[in-house]
Amino acid sequence: MRYLPLTDSDREEIRNFLEIKETKELFSDIPRDKAYYPLEHIPPAVPEDELIKTFKAIARKNKFPDYLSFLGGGAYNHFIPEVVNHLSQKGEFLTPYTPYQPEVSQGSLQAMFEYQTMMCMLTGMDVANASLYDGGTAAAEGALLALRKGRKKNTILVARNLHYEYIEIIETYIRHLEEYQIDYVDFDKETGKVNLEDLDKKICKECAGFLFQSPNFFGVVEDSKKISDILHGKGAYSVQVVVEAMSLPLLAPPGETDVDIVVGEAQSFGLPLSYGGPYLGFMAVKKDFIRRMPGRLVGETVDVDGNRGYVLTLSTREQHIKREKATSNICTNQAWCALRAGMYLSTMGKTGLMKISKTNHLNTAYFVKEIAGFDHVNIKHKNNFFNEVVLEVKHMPVDDFIDKLEKKGILVGVPLKWFFKDKAYASAVLINFTELHKKPDIDSLISAIGELQ
Amino acid sequence: MNKLPELIFNKSREGKTGYSFSETEIPDDLIVLDQEYRRDDIDDFPQLSEVEIVRHYTNLSHLNHSVDSGFYPLGSCTMKYNPKINETIAGFEELSAHPYSPMKLVQGNLEIIHTLDDWLRKVTGMAAFTLTPAAGAHGEFVGMKIIRQCLTDRGNPRKVVLIPDSAHGTNPASAHFAGYEIKEIPSNEDGILDVQTLKEHLNEDVAALMMTNPNTLGIFEKNIIAAAAALHSNGSLLYMDGANMNAFMGIVKPGDLGADVIHLNLHKTFSTPHGGGGPGSGPIGVSQDLVKYLPVPLVDKKGDRYHASYFNKGIGRIKNFYGNFLVMVRALAYLMALGKENLRTVAEDAVLNANYIRKSLEGALDLPYKSKTLHEVIFSDKGLPVKTMDIAKRLLDFGIHPFTVYFPLIVHGAMMIEPTETESKESLDEFIRAMKAILKEAEEDPEKLTDAPFNTPVRRLDEVRAARQLVLKWEKREDEKTDDG
Repeated sequence: MRYLPLTDSDREEIRNFLEIKETKELFSDIPRDKAYYPLEHIPPAVPEDELIKTFKAIARKNKFPDYLSFLGGGAYNHFIPEVVNHLSQKGEFLTPYTPYQPEVSQGSLQAMFEYQTMMCMLTGMDVANASLYDGGTAAAEGALLALRKGRKKNTILVARNLHYEYIEIIETYIRHLEEYQIDYVDFDKETGKVNLEDLDKKICKECAGFLFQSPNFFGVVEDSKKISDILHGKGAYSVQVVVEAMSLPLLAPPGETDVDIVVGEAQSFGLPLSYGGPYLGFMAVKKDFIRRMPGRLVGETVDVDGNRGYVLTLSTREQHIKREKATSNICTNQAWCALRAGMYLSTMGKTGLMKISKTNHLNTAYFVKEIAGFDHVNIKHKNNFFNEVVLEVKHMPVDDFIDKLEKKGILVGVPLKWFFKDKAYASAVLINFTELHKKPDIDSLISAIGELQ
Repeated sequence: MNKLPELIFNKSREGKTGYSFSETEIPDDLIVLDQEYRRDDIDDFPQLSEVEIVRHYTNLSHLNHSVDSGFYPLGSCTMKYNPKINETIAGFEELSAHPYSPMKLVQGNLEIIHTLDDWLRKVTGMAAFTLTPAAGAHGEFVGMKIIRQCLTDRGNPRKVVLIPDSAHGTNPASAHFAGYEIKEIPSNEDGILDVQTLKEHLNEDVAALMMTNPNTLGIFEKNIIAAAAALHSNGSLLYMDGANMNAFMGIVKPGDLGADVIHLNLHKTFSTPHGGGGPGSGPIGVSQDLVKYLPVPLVDKKGDRYHASYFNKGIGRIKNFYGNFLVMVRALAYLMALGKENLRTVAEDAVLNANYIRKSLEGALDLPYKSKTLHEVIFSDKGLPVKTMDIAKRLLDFGIHPFTVYFPLIVHGAMMIEPTETESKESLDEFIRAMKAILKEAEEDPEKLTDAPFNTPVRRLDEVRAARQLVLKWEKREDEKTDDG
């Protein structure tokens, strides 16, 4: 077996050295009647050439590559420069573990430090951590951070137009922590945005903070400044969830709208769709939150000779030191994904990011403009979207609409009834446009929708 | 002279471009975003050419020690070789579907998830798995929530989780985030949990025992079956931390030992790369009674069609989509490559290698527990003229990544050594020679150790300064700031 370097004579030599006859003897603490169970039910080894063929055959059962897709809703198909794929596959980056020995981990550490810096620049926040699992768990960690920082306050408010999967994850995280509870803030069905009156009404003395998504689940940019002002007026924290990180280079950074905690999903920065993972959760905060934030942080320091170097720092927040009193139980997270994001961001650079981000919006705006002529469909929230819009289907059940377009080779979008029981969204789909959609792609979507009149 | 590459921000120059992407045909005047929602600039964001990016990261990569470059016996982390073919397969574009794709268009992906689930059931004897947790600690959290939900349904979630002092460090934090108080219980002089001690701690408040097996001393918890029985008769459950599954994959199934919930680490036992600290994957396996508590989604097979089911009334959702899918792809490729012929040999070789190191260094280092050990061995720094950290730092000069230091906490100056099965005997001998040479230096010239390392890109770093004078991002030096801001 090519992964196992010991030869039979090595094994024999080691056994002799250990003064045992059979390797089995090393396992004698394992209950005898349970040990060395028969392996007949395990399939036989597959040699390398066959393994490639087997997986190629499995991969060919996936038919999605034949379709023109406008699926978004938390996972986005963006361009990835080849340098990201090549550089991130270097074994020196791929095969070490968490940099516990900084003297031989400066490559990973400096790259993380640079990633943290770039996330701060994009979000306008003071500090970004080195990664969290994904957007949904980052949102849950953001809720817990606000609650920890809010000390005696036990309620976290969550916007109902936050990605439904994120809400589900927050609920799961908080359910068994009996000291905490969740309350929900409605959105305005006309604008698709957070209902500020409801927010104002719901904030109570016990509210530690409010989690809202911007651009929200319908693709609409929220009034984060107004939201932050309302919250700060009542002593609560503003927590913005950014599910589509590609919006950051185009939109006003959360730091400028007085948001306290930004959490989200940075899959758009150099990570392929990958059927949902691995992705990249991120968190960036105002200075005051540093010591209570979860996840790894890389800091700059010097070595004994006075040379610049990097280490994991503030580890007194973490599980291996604080055990059950830690700010989070996170250990392994998504370091390599953050490395790829750093590579992606520096390769695209300032001009590339701003251009790509704008292209996302322009492609969406073009669709919105062109579709306006149809009577059988309607864009629900027409103003200040980023790269997603809600399309209402008026003349047939939404499932039929999706099926008919699928037969034309188009995956039009995500049906909103998956996430909202409300009748207003029973016949709507969420459609996403990125820079990878070219004008002819959008035109063919428009004409396919037109043919369904 | 500083040996690190300049930070990327200091290399940036206005006008440089590292990317190329076709221009959109849609004109700018279609923008429908109010100015108040937009930004004009991303101040100081890097701008470099492609070759500069490539050199920057290539030079950074040279500063890392990795499994690909040398021995990495970091205890409890199972730093085994990460097969290259797994990377090729995980890179297949035909696997990179959108997670909301119609299920009939992603049958291949669903087959992969289902097949890996099946493999894990076969090698652990557990009734069912969720593959959604993103890492070991995430799995622990999910496992404890499953236990809590189950006990809640039985009438009382209970309050306390017992954790032996030889358990993994993440266990207490994970149980805490599932809403439990932690009660640490001591292991005995053999380094394992005594059933009598366990029984003394059992009462109606005890929800579960979280047992790492083999524990962080590398010792198999041989009382596990009796412990499970004692727990069950108390109405409590047994959580087995299976992060060290590499010690007995193909030898024994946790399902046969009475475990109700276990977690595995695909990035340890199942060869997926550690990535500098993730992404990992921490599947949770449960006994039949607990299947209904697994989080959504679960992948089922009906006839020859696979589908993801969202109807399990379990603990809810714990991660977006299906989990770290491409990590699962790698793990499945690994298991298929091993097959029944090699599954057991992995554990046997891992244990042979660890015991070879143990016996080779036993005379030179203090071995605090004499019990049999499996995949790793833990020495202490008792009687040495230097500290564990000094030996670790000196090892760096020999091109070897140190063992895990100062863990588990029950061993003074612990050195936790896990060679894994993917090291040759030559590599083990080189490590043993290096250790002996270092121990000789410790007697003759201890400063060589306390001042080490000498041959690394940077030398010992001032961690106190890093924590006190926090510098967590690059900022433009005051004298470089232009007067435009």
